[in-house]
Amino acid sequence: MKILVPVKRVIDYNVKPRVKMDGTGVDLANVKMSMNPFDEIAVEEAIRLKEKGVATEIIAVSIGEQKAQETLRTALAMGADRAILVVSETEVEPLGVAKILAKIVAEEGPGMVILGKQAIDDDSNQVGQMLAALTGRPQGTFASKIEIDGDSIKVTREVDGGLETVSLKSPAIVTTDLRLNEPRYASLPNIMKAKSKPLAQKTPADYGVDVTPRLKTLKVAEPPKRSAGVKVADVDELVAKLKAMGVAA
Amino acid sequence: MKTLVWVEHEGGNVKDSTLSAITAAAKLGEVHLLVAGQDVGGVAAAAAKIAGVGKVHVADAAAYANALPENVAPLVVELMGHYDAFVAPATANGKNIAPRVAALLDVMQISEILSVESADTFTRPTYAGNAIATVQSSDAKKVITVRGTAFAKAEREGGSGSIEAVSGAGDAGLSSFVGAEISKSERPELTSAKIIVSGGRALQNSENFHTIIEPLADKLGAAVGASRAAVDAGYVPNDYQVGQTGKIVAPEIYVAVGISGAIQHLAGMKDSKTIIAINKDEEAPIFQVADYGLVADLFKAVPELTGKL
Ligand SMILES: Cc1cc2nc3c(=O)[nH]c(=O)nc-3n(C[C@H](O)[C@H](O)[C@H](O)COP(=O)(O)OP(=O)(O)OC[C@H]3O[C@@H](n4cnc5c(N)ncnc54)[C@H](O)[C@@H]3O)c2cc1C
Ligand SMILES: Nc1ncnc2c1ncn2[C@@H]1O[C@H](COP(=O)(O)O)[C@@H](O)[C@H]1O
Repeated sequence: MKILVPVKRVIDYNVKPRVKMDGTGVDLANVKMSMNPFDEIAVEEAIRLKEKGVATEIIAVSIGEQKAQETLRTALAMGADRAILVVSETEVEPLGVAKILAKIVAEEGPGMVILGKQAIDDDSNQVGQMLAALTGRPQGTFASKIEIDGDSIKVTREVDGGLETVSLKSPAIVTTDLRLNEPRYASLPNIMKAKSKPLAQKTPADYGVDVTPRLKTLKVAEPPKRSAGVKVADVDELVAKLKAMGVAA
Repeated sequence: MKTLVWVEHEGGNVKDSTLSAITAAAKLGEVHLLVAGQDVGGVAAAAAKIAGVGKVHVADAAAYANALPENVAPLVVELMGHYDAFVAPATANGKNIAPRVAALLDVMQISEILSVESADTFTRPTYAGNAIATVQSSDAKKVITVRGTAFAKAEREGGSGSIEAVSGAGDAGLSSFVGAEISKSERPELTSAKIIVSGGRALQNSENFHTIIEPLADKLGAAVGASRAAVDAGYVPNDYQVGQTGKIVAPEIYVAVGISGAIQHLAGMKDSKTIIAINKDEEAPIFQVADYGLVADLFKAVPELTGKL
C-alpha cells in the first residue's frame, strides 16, 4: 500500500517567535525553518511501515513556497520515495490544504495518510480531520500507536483522560502525537541520494482548488507580558509567600 | 445568531470545558446544545438546566456512545441547517469532531478562540501562544473551538431549556471504539484544578514523582502535571502533559519543579495566576515568568517545603 505524508515547513521549534512591529504577523526573515516536528514523526512512522513490508511507497507532499522543497528533501532523505510540492507563495489555510490533499488522495489512492496532529505555527489542529471528512474516510487522530490488522487499522490515541483505542476501516487518515515514535536523522549518504529522488511541482490550480483564505488576519499581537517576579532566598520564605496567598496551614 | 454547542460529558455529567464553550457561544447569541451519546437522558436534563440554554437536542444511540467523529459530525451537519455557528470545547474530543464538521460544511474553522470580538471576529493563539491573532471569518457559518481557560464557566443551574430528541444517521460504519485506558486519580483534574504541581525531566523517574511531587500535591490539594520530557521518559502518563500540544491550564497557583521552561511548556501554563518555580539553574527560562523563584536542588527543597506546609 502507498502511504501519503503531508509535511509542512514551519519555524524551527527551538526559535522563539517574534511578532512584527507592524502587527501583521510573526517575523520569519532569517529565521531557521524546519519540518513541523509532528510531520517528522509521521514520516518516521511511514518508513517503519515500509520497513515492516506493510507500505510499498511513501509519497511526501507539501503545500507552500518554493522553499518547502527543502522540507520535502528532508522527508526524502529520511526515506520517502518521491515528493509533490504544491506551490503557493501565499499561506494556504487548513481547509485549502485539506482540499488539495483530498485531490491527491483521489489521484494516488493511498492506503493510509499520516499527518501531524498540529502545525506548530498556526496551531490549528485541523487538516487531518478535514481531509478525513472530505474523503469520507475514518480518522485516528493524536496517535501514539498504529497497528495494521488486515483491512482495519487500530489506532491508540492520546486523549484528555489517558489513552483510547479505535478500530478504523482502511483506508484511513491518521494524525501523529508525540509518543508515536522518535524520528531518525537522515544520514549523509541518504541526504545525497535524496537529491535525485523525484519531486513533482504542481499548483493549487492544477487540482482545481480555490485557496482564497476564509479567515482574514486583522492583527497579530504579542500576548500580555509576564514579568519575572522575585527570587526567594530559601524554603522558609516560599512557605511564607504561600501562606500569604492563603494556601496551607 | 443561533449557535449549536456540542456537549462533552462523562459519567452522566456535563464537563466544565463545555460550560466555558457555552459562555463563548452566548456572546454570539441564542445557545442550543447537542447531547449525543448512549443513555444520555440524565445528561440532557442536566444540560437543559444550564443558565442561558434554549433548546437541547438529544441523540441517544449506541453509535454516539464514544464521540466517534465519523458518526457525530454528520449528525451535527444535519442540525446545522438551523444554526449560524457550531461551537465545541477545545478538548481532545472537541478537536477531533469540530474540523470534521467544518470541512463537511465547507467552512474554515477558528481554533481555540480566546475572545469573541464580534459575530465574525475572534482572537486566537498561534506559535505556541507567542502571537495572538485577531481573525475575521468570511464564512456564512462559523465553526469554532473554545479554549476553556479563556472563558468563565456558565452556571449549571438557572436555565430551563426544552429537550428534543433527534435521531441522525447513526453508525457510519467507518470506525469502532475498542477500549480506553483512563488514568484514575483521586486528585483534581488538571484543567479545572486551583493548584497544580508539575514535575519535569529533573525528577529522573516515576518513583520520584510518587515520593517528591505527589506528597506536595497532596498537601496543597493540587493536581499533578508534567513537562513533555517527563511524559516521554515514562515517569507519568501522557495526559499529565502541560503545554502547547498538551493541556492548557490556568490555575491560581502553578508550581513548576525541575522544569526548564521551554516555550512549548510555557504555552500551556503562563496564564496561571501565580507561578512558582523550583530549579537548581538560576538561568532557567522558567524564572522569567515565575512570580516566586527558588534556586535550589528539588530533592532537598521540595520535601522540606512539603514538611513545612
Ligand atoms: C512539537 C513539540 C511539542 C512540544 N510540546 C510540549 C508540551 O506540550 N509541553 C512540554 O512541556 N514540552 C513540550 N515540548 C518539549 C519542550 O520543547 C521541552 O523539551 C520540554 O518542555 C523540556 O522538559 P523539562 O523542562 O522537563 O526538561 P529540561 O529542559 O531537561 O529541564 C530540566 C530542568 O530541571 C532542572 N534540574 C535538573 N536537576 C534538578 C534538581 N536536582 N533540582 C532542581 N532542578 C533541577 C534543570 O536545571 C532544567 O532546567 C514540545 C516539543 C516539541 C518539539
Ligand atoms: N501547507 C501544508 N503542507 C503540507 N502539509 C500540511 C500543510 N499544512 C498542514 N499540513 C499537515 O496537516 C497537519 C496539521 O496541520 P494544522 O491543521 O495546520 O495544525 C500538519 O502536521 C501537516 O501534516
